[in-house]
Amino acid sequence: MIGRRKFFCVVFCFTFLAFAAVAQNSSQLRFCLRTEPKTFDPLLVDDESSLAIRYLTGGVLSRVDRHTQQLEPELAESWKVTSDGKQITFKLRHDVHFSDGTAFSADDVAFTMKRLMDPALHSPVGDEFRAAGNAVTTKVIAPDQVSVTFPGPIVGIDRIFDELVIVSAHSPKKEGAVLGPFVVAEYKAGSSVLLERNPYYWKKDSQGRRLPYLDSIHLDIQPNRDVEMLRFKRGELDLINVVDTDYFDRLASSSPQLVHDAGPSLDSDFLWFNQVAAAPIPEYKRAWFRSANFRRAVSEALNREDIGRIVYNGHAQPAVGPVSPANKFWFNSSLKPEPHNPQAALDRLKADGFHMQNGTLVDKSGNTVEFSIVTNAGSKPRERMGVLIQEDLGKIGMKVNLVTLDFPSLIDRISQKFNYEAALLGFHNVNLDPIDQMNIWMSSAENHAWNPQQKSPETAWEAEIDKLMRAQAETSDVKKRKQSFDRVQEIVYEQAPFIYLVNQNALSAVSTSVAGANPGILFPQTYWNAERLTLNGTATAKR
Amino acid sequence: MKAARYLACVVVLIVCGLSLAANWLAPAGYAKQFREVPDSPPSRAHLLGTDELGRDRFARTLYGTRISLLLAPAAALVSTALAALIGGIAGYLGGIWLKLARAFTDLFLSLPWLFLLITVRALLPLNVSPLVSVLITFLILGLLGWAASARVLSTSADALRSSDFVLQARASGLDGPRLFLIHVLPNLKPILYAQFWISIPVFILSEANLGILGLGVAEPLPSWGSLLRELEGLISFREEPWRLVPLLLLIVVMTSFQLLLSNEEVTA
Repeated sequence: MIGRRKFFCVVFCFTFLAFAAVAQNSSQLRFCLRTEPKTFDPLLVDDESSLAIRYLTGGVLSRVDRHTQQLEPELAESWKVTSDGKQITFKLRHDVHFSDGTAFSADDVAFTMKRLMDPALHSPVGDEFRAAGNAVTTKVIAPDQVSVTFPGPIVGIDRIFDELVIVSAHSPKKEGAVLGPFVVAEYKAGSSVLLERNPYYWKKDSQGRRLPYLDSIHLDIQPNRDVEMLRFKRGELDLINVVDTDYFDRLASSSPQLVHDAGPSLDSDFLWFNQVAAAPIPEYKRAWFRSANFRRAVSEALNREDIGRIVYNGHAQPAVGPVSPANKFWFNSSLKPEPHNPQAALDRLKADGFHMQNGTLVDKSGNTVEFSIVTNAGSKPRERMGVLIQEDLGKIGMKVNLVTLDFPSLIDRISQKFNYEAALLGFHNVNLDPIDQMNIWMSSAENHAWNPQQKSPETAWEAEIDKLMRAQAETSDVKKRKQSFDRVQEIVYEQAPFIYLVNQNALSAVSTSVAGANPGILFPQTYWNAERLTLNGTATAKR
Repeated sequence: MKAARYLACVVVLIVCGLSLAANWLAPAGYAKQFREVPDSPPSRAHLLGTDELGRDRFARTLYGTRISLLLAPAAALVSTALAALIGGIAGYLGGIWLKLARAFTDLFLSLPWLFLLITVRALLPLNVSPLVSVLITFLILGLLGWAASARVLSTSADALRSSDFVLQARASGLDGPRLFLIHVLPNLKPILYAQFWISIPVFILSEANLGILGLGVAEPLPSWGSLLRELEGLISFREEPWRLVPLLLLIVVMTSFQLLLSNEEVTA
C-alpha cells in the first residue's frame, strides 16, 4: 500500500515537472495598453488600444512596412490599379486560413467590403473608402481574384487597404476568426487581454517554420506610466511602446541598452496666431497677426535648438513644416528649419512699422506688442516650451502672457468662440499621405486653425494652397502629387500660419530578452514585426 | 508649549525676512534662464541648482515664498471678513436669517471646489500679467473660501445671542448694530483669529494644488505650488535631495502656523 502511494507521488512529481517545463518553454511577450480597448471589431476601431489589438490579430491585403514606409503585399500577392485611380484588382494568396481553420477567399474580401460600406455600421475605417462617394462595388472575379471599384478616383487607393482587416464571410466565429499572427484568447475588462498564437497563420520564415515565434502576448491595461516603468524595470514587462522624455533619460542613465531613440517622429508642436475676422480681439492685434512679416519675425526669434535640447532633453529636432523629415517621401527636403536670428526678426518687424521704445516693441500706432499664448494645462513639455518662447520673444521686446487652460475650455476658445490671441498645441500624425491633411489646409476646413471655415479663401496664398491641395487629391500620379504638396510646404514656410517648433523623437524601451525588435517611428513602434519577435530563455523562466 | 510657539514665531519671521530680502540674496531673479545649465545640481552660482529651464532654484524658492506668504494671508483676510459678515450677522439675527445663511453655506460647501476654481480661472481674461494673474488667483481663493468659517461663526454667534450677558444688555435697552459691535463681535474675536490662521495654510495648499494642475500662478512667476510641481515624477530622493527644499519649507511653515495657534483657538 505504501509502495503504491510512493509510486503515485513519483508520477505526480514527474507530471508536475513536465507541465512546469512546458510552461517555462512557452514564450509570452508582455506589455501595457494605456486604456481599455473600446472594441474588438476591426472595422470599428477608433482608439489606440483597439488599434494595437487589430494590428496584432488582423490580416490585411497590403501593409505599409513600418521600417521602409513602402507598401508590401500581405494577403494579396499582387494588385493592379486602373489609370483613372477608380479601381483596384487584387490577386489573393492560396492556402490561407482563418484562425478557426476556415479557408480564406475572395468572398471574404467582398463580405468585408460590404460590411464596411454599410451605413448602419458607422465604421471609422470606412470614411477613407467613402471619400469619392458611397457607391463602392466589389466584384469577385475568381476565388483568388477580387476587384473594388470606387465612384471617383481615390488618392493612394492601394495604401488605404493597410487599415482594412479582412473578416470571415463563413466562419461562425465572425470577427473572432482572424488572419493575423495572434488571436484574442481572453479578455478581462479593466485588467488584461491575452492574445495567443494563431496556429493557421500563413507566414513562414526562411527555414519554412510557421510564424509567429511567440506563443502568446499578454497586454495589461495600465494607464499609470510610473507603474508601467516600474514593472518594466523589474522585468515584468518586455517593452514600452512610447516613452516620455524624462522617463527615457532616467532609464538611459541606468540601463542604456534598454532604450531606443528612433529619431524624429511624425508628431510636431507648433504655435499659431488667431486670424479670424470675427474674433473678439482688438483690430490692431488682428492686423499684427495677419501680417506674414510679424509671424515670420516671431518664427525667427524662436530658438528651436534650445526647445529641443531643454524641453525634450535633446530628443526632438527643429521642425520645418507640416511634414516631418521622418516622412521620407512627402517631406520637402529643400526646406530647412528657420534659423534663430533675433536681429533678422527685428529688421522684418521694422518693415511693418514696428519699433523699439524703452526696450518694448511698439507698432506704428504706438500700441505695445503684448499678447497671450494659450496652451493645455498639465502638459509639462508645452508649458516649458511656452516659457522659453516667452523669454525668446521678450528679447525682441514682445511681452507674452502664458495661459494654461483645462482642455475643454481651451478647445472652446480656439474652435468655437475664437476668444484667444495665440495658441500652442501639437499634431499627433499617424498617416504618411498628405490626403489626411486636407482637413487642415483647405481654407473651408474646420481644422484650418488660424482662420477656419472660410466661405472663400481670404488671402491669395490660402487660395493657392486650396488649389494645390485639390490638385494633389484629384490625381493618382504620385510625382504630380509630390510637386503640389512640396509647393504647399513652401507656402506654409513663407507665410508661417503655423509656426512649427520641433518634431519629437520616437522613444521606446525594449527589454534585452526580446530578440528581433527594431523600433521605428510609425505605429506600433516596437512590435510592428511581432510575428518575428522571440524571447530568450531567461526571460520566460523569470515569470 | 510656549517655547514651541516662540520657535514657530522665529521660523515664520526668518522665512518672511529671507523672502523679503530676495532681491539682494538672489539678484539674478526668478525668471532669468541659464539655458546652458538646465537641471544642474547645487553650485556656488546656484545654491539649490537650476530647474529644468535653467532658472535659479534658490531665487525661485525665495520669490515663491514671498508670493505665497504674502498673498495667502491676504486671501485669508478676505475669506474671514466674508465669513464674519455672513456667518456672524446671521447667527446674531437668528431665526429665518440663520436658517437661510446655513442653507446657503451648506450649498456652498457642497460645491466641487476644484472644478469651480478651474471654471472661474477659465473665464478670466487671458491677457493679464503674471502679477495680476496671481492676485486674481488668491482673490478667487479668498472669495470662495469663506463658507467653512461662516458655519463656525454662525454657530458661535447664535450661542452668544442667547447668552446671559447679551440678554442683560438687551434688558438694559441695547439692541441692533450697537449690541452686535459692543458685545457680540468682541466675543467672536478668538474664533475670527483662529479661522484666519487656519485659512492661511489652506489657501497655500489650494494654490499648490492648482499649481500642480498647471492652473495656479502664471509663468514665469514662482509660487510654492509651481515649485512643488517639480517633484512630479521624482523617483529617488537620494539622487536630487535639493529638489525637496520647497516641500520642506512648506511643511516647516505650515507646522509653524499650527503651533502659533493656542489650544483654545484650535478647538474654536
